[in-house]
Amino acid sequence: MITVENVTKRFGEFTALDDISIEAPDGKLTALLGPSGSGKSTLLRVIAGLEVPDSGKIVVSGNDATRLPPQKRGIGFVFQHYAAFKHMTLRDNVAFGLKIRKRPKAEITAKVDELLHLVGLDGFADRYPNQLSGGQRQRMALARALAVEPSVLLLDEPFGALDANVRSDLRAWLRRLHEQVPVTTVLVTHDQEEAMELADRIVLLRDGKISQVGPPRELYDNPADDFVMGFLGPVSKVRGELVRPHDVVLSDRPEDGWEEAMVQRVVHLGFEVRVEVVRHDGEEVSVQLTRAEAEALEPESGSIVWLRPPSSAKVSA
Amino acid sequence: MNVDRRWRISLRVVALGYLAVLLLVPVALVFYRTFEKGIGAFFESITTPAAISALFLTLEVALITVPLNAVFGVLAAMALVRGKFPGKRLLDALIDLPFAISPVVIGLSLLLLYGRTGWFGPWLTEHGIQIIFSLPGIVLATIFVSMPFVVREVAPVLKEVGDEQEQAAATLGASNWQSFWRVTLPSIRWGLAYGVVLSTARAIGEFGAVSVVSGKIAGETETLTLLVEKRFQNFDLAGAYAASALLAVIALATLVFMSVFGSRRAES
Repeated sequence: MITVENVTKRFGEFTALDDISIEAPDGKLTALLGPSGSGKSTLLRVIAGLEVPDSGKIVVSGNDATRLPPQKRGIGFVFQHYAAFKHMTLRDNVAFGLKIRKRPKAEITAKVDELLHLVGLDGFADRYPNQLSGGQRQRMALARALAVEPSVLLLDEPFGALDANVRSDLRAWLRRLHEQVPVTTVLVTHDQEEAMELADRIVLLRDGKISQVGPPRELYDNPADDFVMGFLGPVSKVRGELVRPHDVVLSDRPEDGWEEAMVQRVVHLGFEVRVEVVRHDGEEVSVQLTRAEAEALEPESGSIVWLRPPSSAKVSA
Repeated sequence: MNVDRRWRISLRVVALGYLAVLLLVPVALVFYRTFEKGIGAFFESITTPAAISALFLTLEVALITVPLNAVFGVLAAMALVRGKFPGKRLLDALIDLPFAISPVVIGLSLLLLYGRTGWFGPWLTEHGIQIIFSLPGIVLATIFVSMPFVVREVAPVLKEVGDEQEQAAATLGASNWQSFWRVTLPSIRWGLAYGVVLSTARAIGEFGAVSVVSGKIAGETETLTLLVEKRFQNFDLAGAYAASALLAVIALATLVFMSVFGSRRAES
């Protein structure tokens, strides 16, 4: 369990973290989510000991770690750009922390083999990092961090430098790995989908402050404000109110209280169909339909539809 | 296209011709004149007592100055790239000073400091320490002129490598010392090796500053470059060429040694 208490960190005039308090429960994956400049990476680096907070406290497993150097915090850290030791083979990379701890040779070999198997890199032990793909390097970095059996695993945008398809593969892989090896994990990401898929709890940050904390569904269904709503998923604006595009209902017949609108564009995205309509006052609304709904409605550019913005999805301010 | 190609070829000819006339021909000529009268004559002129003493003095000076330059160079490069301290820009500028000042002037300034009538002269004489006209003076002069090379080769490499690997090492439990030996040093080894080669070449090849402070005592404070000059002045051209060739061979040997060192470290 990691507890961050009232941490503030400034870089010159810029306040990166403004009186932040969070908890990362044991065995769970906590995501620090936010746009760039929100302070999420700084917060992770403060937890790791790579940055020293101006004020506040970091408690790791019940011990005050605020003044401890990173070497003594019992953490594993995975960097966005892998930070692979370029002059070492994969085996030596993964073995690094164990060699520092002067473990017996046989134990190191066995542990490294086990970890390389865990991250699916058996047979790559004698390669150098520059002979691996980005995804493989990041899995190596994860094995290297896990080798020292950290009480906390810290991941700083671990998939940020990877291609989209590799990213989604690795995301699924990380989720399975976390089920297999349930070490307390804090993940920094700017990708809300990544946070929704991986995290047990999301901490949404904005300008060095916490916007909302909770399980992914709670943030999605009951956002605290417009920023949270907009950050966690696509939104449309109807009469100045934010709604989810899939909560807007369209009909080809006029109904009581519904509003007339004209279809501007229909985009087919596989299972979902995105319909962009314009209301009589010129407001553009993006609506998301399932394929079945779209087939029933048959919207096409220029046709007239009626839309009902759902009252249930109104944002409680 | 044709014009482009003609341009390309003539540019290449000009560039290669320039290198050949200014660099290759003089060096080749030295080797040609050295072995003109056979390898026996060459061997004879580099095994005279004066030549052997000059060779050992030159090697001794290089063995003292180059390791000092390497250690200082790596430390200074780390301070310049990683450090935040007042006077950093001043240090950065100071390191290039030896490039900016003529070696003869450097030699004279050492004379003014450590010579018998210099600032520290009376104190040194009183305590029986001789710097000018002996080994310490030659070492000081050589360090001065060969200092910048390691810093200037290592600093850009250090900058490019960044400090993320060191941060990773720290999170894995490595102390600063362990992180330096296991992570930082291996990643700058090529820059360091090249800096050492350049520094060595400069150390064994230095003439101006050493010439002022050495006193040129044959068999005692005469380095190889000073021997080359003396032989040249005495119309012993073959002897001068032989000593020059020896200098070139030492430089070449350093280059080969450092490439082997670099690649072996890369494999391990």
